[in-house]
Amino acid sequence: MRKSRNLISFLIFAAPSFIGVIIFVLAPFLDVFKRSFSTAVTGQFVGMANYHTIFENQAFLLAVKNTFRFTLVCIPLLVVIGFLIAWPLSKFKNGGIIKSIYLFPLAMPTATIVLVWKMVFYQQGFLNILLTKTGEWSGAFGEINVDYLGSEAAFWVLVCSYIWKNTGYTVVLWLAGIAGIPAELIEAAKVDGAGGMQRIWHIVLPNLKGSLYTIVILSFLNSFKIYREAYLVAGAYPHKSIYLLQHTFNNWFVNLELDKMAAAAVCTGGFLFIVILLLQKMWDK
Amino acid sequence: MKGNIYEIIKKMKKALTAFVLILPGILVAFPIVILITGSVMDQYELKEYLNPIFTGASDFISWKLIPDYPSFANYGKLLFMTPQFFVLFWNSMRMTACILAGQLLVGVPAAWAFAVYKVKGSKILFAVYVILMLLPFQVTMLSSYLVLNRFSLLNTQQAVILPAVFSTFPIFLTYGGFRTIPSQLFEAARVDGGSERLIFFKIGLPLGKGGILSAMVLGFLEYWNMLEQPMAFLDDKELWPLSLYLPEITWGQAGFSFCASVIMLIPAVFVFIMGQDYLEQGIIYSGLKE
Repeated sequence: MRKSRNLISFLIFAAPSFIGVIIFVLAPFLDVFKRSFSTAVTGQFVGMANYHTIFENQAFLLAVKNTFRFTLVCIPLLVVIGFLIAWPLSKFKNGGIIKSIYLFPLAMPTATIVLVWKMVFYQQGFLNILLTKTGEWSGAFGEINVDYLGSEAAFWVLVCSYIWKNTGYTVVLWLAGIAGIPAELIEAAKVDGAGGMQRIWHIVLPNLKGSLYTIVILSFLNSFKIYREAYLVAGAYPHKSIYLLQHTFNNWFVNLELDKMAAAAVCTGGFLFIVILLLQKMWDK
Repeated sequence: MKGNIYEIIKKMKKALTAFVLILPGILVAFPIVILITGSVMDQYELKEYLNPIFTGASDFISWKLIPDYPSFANYGKLLFMTPQFFVLFWNSMRMTACILAGQLLVGVPAAWAFAVYKVKGSKILFAVYVILMLLPFQVTMLSSYLVLNRFSLLNTQQAVILPAVFSTFPIFLTYGGFRTIPSQLFEAARVDGGSERLIFFKIGLPLGKGGILSAMVLGFLEYWNMLEQPMAFLDDKELWPLSLYLPEITWGQAGFSFCASVIMLIPAVFVFIMGQDYLEQGIIYSGLKE
């Protein structure tokens, strides 16, 4: 009785969302799956041909490589920087304002920041001015004239931009995790004579495994949004060091190469699905 | 001697902490200061400072924190003589408001269903929702396109609004808020003969407010900044949000760009300041394990 009433209530409350998710996400994704095995125009079944095409496509391979490189550089960097800030901050009684400052970039729309980024990373822009002045002042080097957006350095511009934007929530998540560690545990270690580093290594870090999982998942999710900066600063065809998977998808979309898009969407979706499951498994242990 | 070393370490620690605190302040304030000074600069002064960008000259650009000829002329022109700007601003506002309203209507009850009614299969469904939430836009772009095309919604603002309404991210956040309500409260209400609807409106909504507001604050910041969806699904520039149009303004009209950026920043700053606690709470909810 209770059970069936529960089921009815569940369905009533969740129905609008279910219907919407099925119509707008799940059903069309099945369609995409089907299309990934057919030609774009005639819809003829072609087996794995689309998959072969994308894995022989230089642009796609470059994009996959760059996206991997970006994630593998950014996420560890963000996790570590976040912790290095959160740990001293957790000892502050009123770290609220500092937390706000770190969070603020999250609220700044990309469109407003692009103008400033262009001025900073321009060949004759602020960053080069700063470096040149430092060089002249210390006498170590002369004028610096790096074209940040038109060279390999573009990759690092994106990395900095990502760290700038995402440090805030990482700090908040670390702080929440640190606050969840029972104070007695740390006190007991202190009494036993464990030093600062030992306490961090043996008590604090093992207790933060849950936070780490969350931070990695969310940083990963947000790493895809770096496309906004990449696109707005450098356009649809940027320097090849920052040509990301998102660019490929977008350019295929513009050219209506839907068959390639379908195959790539299935691959990317499937890959992310597996990564999420693996992370969850690792974390459950 | 030993005392000295300790003192040095102590001082270094202090310096390091100070550095950790001051550096982000500078990094965050810098873009805002540039935007604001740029927005109140006379157009000739602006042209002079940014000269290398226009002429390709090889000297550095320059800047002044206090302009020689401060003027609000660009604001005046933008606000009173450029009706197109209002269209774009209003587009952003309307799309963001519609998405958030839709998410409230659809997502909040769904989050409630997941949080309160433990039925067979609800866990698996929730896992599906979490995975959908983690998929980036590019993976679902083609699916959305196919649906929107079938319903002939492409190149209308509904094409941006509808898929976002059914996003599962706000459900996850709201769910986090509902989970903090002790279930004995519902049991007690049921014993007293309260209907499920009554429990949702009288207990769920007031006590789960934190989660709902978190979803709204994070949602506002996300959709105010939206780029991928309108870029893919809206062709007519009259339909675009500010977030997509702003970067199209060329250097020749940099003055407008600065003003428009500052104006676009204001609602985001407002929501950030008003909703900071919820924003933080939302980030923490987004990290809660099942």
